[in-house]
Amino acid sequence: MFTKGTKRKFSDPGEEPASSGDPGPAAPSAAARTLSSSYSLQRQSLLDMSLIKLQLCHMLVEPNLCRSVLIANTVRQIQEEMTQDGTWHIMTQALAAAQCPADRLVATEVLCRQTDAAAQAGQSPKPFSVVGLQEGYHSEEVVMEGDVETEVTMSSLSPLSPQLSSASYLTGPFEVGPCWEEEDEEEDHSESSEPSLMSEHSRHPALEELFSDVDPSYYDLDTVLTGTPKMGPYDLLESLSSHGPTALSSSSSCRSDLNELDHIMEIIVGS
Amino acid sequence: MAGKIVFEGRKGIHLLFLVCVCVMWCFSQVKGAIDEDVAEADIISTVEFNYSGELLATGDKGGRVVIFQHEQESKNRPHLRGEYNVYSTFQSHEPEFDYLKSLEIEEKINKIRWLPQQNAAHFLLSTNDKTIKLWKISERDKRAEGYNLKDEDGRLRDPFRITSLRVPVLMPMDLMVEASPRRIFANAHTYHINSISVNSDHETYLSADDLRINLWHLEITDRSFNIVDIKPANMEELTEVITAAECHPHQCNVFVYSSSKGTIRLCDMRAAALCDRHSKFFEEPEDPSSRSFFSEIISSISDVKFSHSGRYMMTRDYLSVKVWDLNMENRPVETYQVHEYLRSKLCSLYENDCIFDKFECCWNGSDSAIMTGSYNNFFRMFDRNTRRDITLEASRESSKPRATLKPRKVSTGGKRKKDEISVDSLDFNKKILHTAWHPKENVIAVAATNNLYIFQDKIN
Repeated sequence: MFTKGTKRKFSDPGEEPASSGDPGPAAPSAAARTLSSSYSLQRQSLLDMSLIKLQLCHMLVEPNLCRSVLIANTVRQIQEEMTQDGTWHIMTQALAAAQCPADRLVATEVLCRQTDAAAQAGQSPKPFSVVGLQEGYHSEEVVMEGDVETEVTMSSLSPLSPQLSSASYLTGPFEVGPCWEEEDEEEDHSESSEPSLMSEHSRHPALEELFSDVDPSYYDLDTVLTGTPKMGPYDLLESLSSHGPTALSSSSSCRSDLNELDHIMEIIVGS
Repeated sequence: MAGKIVFEGRKGIHLLFLVCVCVMWCFSQVKGAIDEDVAEADIISTVEFNYSGELLATGDKGGRVVIFQHEQESKNRPHLRGEYNVYSTFQSHEPEFDYLKSLEIEEKINKIRWLPQQNAAHFLLSTNDKTIKLWKISERDKRAEGYNLKDEDGRLRDPFRITSLRVPVLMPMDLMVEASPRRIFANAHTYHINSISVNSDHETYLSADDLRINLWHLEITDRSFNIVDIKPANMEELTEVITAAECHPHQCNVFVYSSSKGTIRLCDMRAAALCDRHSKFFEEPEDPSSRSFFSEIISSISDVKFSHSGRYMMTRDYLSVKVWDLNMENRPVETYQVHEYLRSKLCSLYENDCIFDKFECCWNGSDSAIMTGSYNNFFRMFDRNTRRDITLEASRESSKPRATLKPRKVSTGGKRKKDEISVDSLDFNKKILHTAWHPKENVIAVAATNNLYIFQDKIN
């Protein structure tokens, strides 16, 4: 199960939520809230679930606006909390450094429309409104300066957004997926981003376990904790698409965006 | 009618009206197919008694309206209340296609509201997501015979053959109930209509979608007044939608609308043409100890109903029913837990989308009791005076004629008593979203997927 030399992951049994399926009530202040592994995992899974739901709203019949708004508000709430915890910024930047396949990004671009709406709902800081494909580079620079505040990161990135308006849809949550769940990619990502995250680790020991998932043993622990194999949003989308054409009326717009993003990816990656 | 008990007390003879929870509810009828395979089109989407209770209308996902009529009690069996039998069936709405958005417009009937009866015919408003229709339901039991220009089978007679004139005579015929669309109110809603409500002036009505409320005159179909608009300039800033709206039963200038954030706004149409500013704002402060990521979703109000008296209103959110005094805005006067045992299951209910189910609620005729639905084909009744509540089930098993319904109980603790059902055994596909209470008698109609159950109190 565990490879040799693997550190036992940080977990706080005292913060274990009461019921199996519920993230549980939030503590009064962010400082008092301990990032228990179980809580953050459940929060993450709730976030993933919400994003999938927003995606699947696009059907033949016009989606239920009330439901979409409620889900988008939930996503925003989770993102706000993760921003306060500092986990949001870490994941956003770590994922931007990863080479995510374009089609996955496109799949979530549709999601981003809703989340973008929630994101820009008059909240500052806005950790997810300004991220572009080049964000990885810039955020690494910022982090190297030792500043982990999301506000500073935001302001330094904002000039970038107009250039990559379509890519600005590629905000944080979706990028979490591959880096958390894709074993192939996380090795690359961890190598490239480790230097930048070093300062993070020293400040947030609790977060170390989020990104020291180089080896597959993390997933074993994850499975042990939750009792279920984790399936990210992309796995679900892939399995959906493998069942034949889904009733996505926005497929045509997705395709044009896909070409656009492909193009942008090529420019940036320089391939 | 409510049963009466007369007893002699110290202060003389007291007359006690049986409160509705003490009423023994028994099965009366069930309408709909018995098949396990339910056709989606047959799923009932709205239930409504008319003002006298003589007629009971249902709408379904297939766009059809079925009206049942209360038969008179037969003299032979006076202990039986009359039954409801099919009076009229018609296709109200058809599926449409919005070419501009490349989206289907469902034919599902979202709401039916009766108009007060003014002549022999009956009128009702039925609506789907986009279009409201006024239907006239009239009876025909006479037919004219002896026309001059056409034969009995309708063929035109050769004018040269007509040698004499006669006056047509009205002859009785088998009763025929006709439904005809008298008005079609279309193209006024960009978003999905969730409510319609007839005003007490009997001339106007309001229709509400996710972001706007329009006021119509029943005679005018090409125009409506927009009285509430909560659409933000930038749709990306949208965080709240309208979930239900209703006109005050007596004050034709007052209406309320509820939101997905658990708030209710009361508006006075005399104050301004656009009622974006409310006259009263009802919201209960949140309990910080029970805050979770689902707090907002479960606070979203799915239904709002004024009491018949017009002094109270009732709101339904995911886990509870609240009664508000219109004179007190900061909290409800009564709160009833419908299925509190679901609070620990919210994550699963979010996953399977049940958390977004919109339950309705209704008052009885005297405003002394309220009713709402739950899962597993359970429905709940609360007596406001005695604070007692009861859980009943609409099922085929308890569908024997005049069989008394047995109260049900969901076991929340570890130990499950006999006859109790555990939370994990509940069938979340069997949900009772729509219920209606007869305006004058203890007769209730409960829609369970594709079946309509009618229950009544036991008459001794």
